[in-house]
Amino acid sequence: MREFLKPRRIVLLAIAAALVLWCATALRWDWLPEYAPLLAEGIWTTIWLLVVTAALGFALAVPLGLAQVTGPWWLSTPARVFCTIIRGTPLLLQIWLLYYGLGSLFPQIPGIRQTWLWPYLREAWPYAVLALSLSFAGYEGEVMRGAFAGVPRSQLETGQSFGMGRFTLFRRIWLPQAVRSALPTLAGETILQMKATPLVATITIMDTYAVAARVRQDLLITYEPLLLLAVCYLVMASIIALIFSRVERSGAGRAAR
Amino acid sequence: MLDWLHGLFGPSLELLALSPPGWGGNLLRGLVNSLQIAAGAFGFGLVIGLLGASGKLYGGPVTRDLLEVYTTVVRAVPELVLILILYFIGTDLLNRATATMGYGSVEISGVAAGIWVLGVVQGAYATEVLRGAIRAVPPGQFDAGRAYGMGGVMLMRRVTIPAMLPYAIPGLANLWLIATKDTALLAIVGFAELTLETKQAAGSTKAYFTFYLAAGLLYLIVTLVSTFLFHRLENRSRRGLPGAMGVGRCVNS
Repeated sequence: MREFLKPRRIVLLAIAAALVLWCATALRWDWLPEYAPLLAEGIWTTIWLLVVTAALGFALAVPLGLAQVTGPWWLSTPARVFCTIIRGTPLLLQIWLLYYGLGSLFPQIPGIRQTWLWPYLREAWPYAVLALSLSFAGYEGEVMRGAFAGVPRSQLETGQSFGMGRFTLFRRIWLPQAVRSALPTLAGETILQMKATPLVATITIMDTYAVAARVRQDLLITYEPLLLLAVCYLVMASIIALIFSRVERSGAGRAAR
Repeated sequence: MLDWLHGLFGPSLELLALSPPGWGGNLLRGLVNSLQIAAGAFGFGLVIGLLGASGKLYGGPVTRDLLEVYTTVVRAVPELVLILILYFIGTDLLNRATATMGYGSVEISGVAAGIWVLGVVQGAYATEVLRGAIRAVPPGQFDAGRAYGMGGVMLMRRVTIPAMLPYAIPGLANLWLIATKDTALLAIVGFAELTLETKQAAGSTKAYFTFYLAAGLLYLIVTLVSTFLFHRLENRSRRGLPGAMGVGRCVNS
């Protein structure tokens, strides 16, 4: 703390505080109480979208990475092609392809309106979850490929010499080591995934960004909702960074080095 | 067999024809716009990055703190939000500047606005990439340059930039790919780049799959060609360096 609070820092912090104070008094914030419930809902939407898609995407990324490292060619080639396609095209395009493209195909299937699936297929969020999960899987598949390849051979050979089967070896040694070495990258990637979530506002999902856009439309004010939005995302990014640094420092990360 | 293929793909291919009943021309025009914005933003970002990296490495403590705030904020706030904020601030400032000079409000071209907003975003990432690259150069090389009596600019041109390039190129290649993909975000602000042209074409013909897949293919071609070219550039910049220096290879997007 002493290190951080040098005189120049105090001056900079004072300037920052003055800026915040100016924003708080000179700009218009009277709409905040009215929109607070909507905003809370939006933030919740962003959070669950992030958690669900990161979890699903990571679950898909592990086999994608593994297939590229040790799989036979008929598994590794599709995995590589998938990662290249996801990483080579904009996420917005992928979201629109799934929402408008798939969304326009389903109604043509005869009898689908009577099935239990139909109520879900008419909503926007399944497409958002699918697109964001696939995107996360594509990027993380590449990260996990590097992480799996980076685990020293000697560790795997040691496991084998203890008589571990392939599955035990993977569960006890290969996966934990790979995840540990990939943790810093995964932290950055999770923040990137959070930064990608506002794109789902374009397919009618009311996330944090959509709420701010709504305020902008209703009240015709430009900067206030955008500033609030930036602050919301900054806070969320810091929380993600904090969680990951905790995990890295706790048992999961320490044993690696 | 050919008849069957034509029956399956024929109508889609007609939609993609280059001349007016088809929408291919629109897509290509969008692609050109996207590439223009991406190239401009990448260049602008490089200039910011070079200044930012020099500031972070050699600047005073206040400069360093301010640059830290810039790179942290830009990397934590979604591009979409930054694009909107920068777009409105940019047009506001420009209009105010022209108003004080007595010209009245001006209309800003989509390409210029896109370059400005994406360039500022790219600048933050470029700052970090270039800072890491400059730090990877052995400091003795700068001392040698100074011992020959080189000034700041000449040292930059003759020593710093060529010596750091092999370390910077993988990261910069990644940034270029991000720039090409980030242009898609400008569709939301209403610029006629590839993704928006695609949406309009798909919306008016109802052939969603045809157009989104075609646009995806165009983006993919850009990515693959760029990756290939950057690999050649990297190999070229590494001439004369000892092999096996895995620096910055894993900078992720």
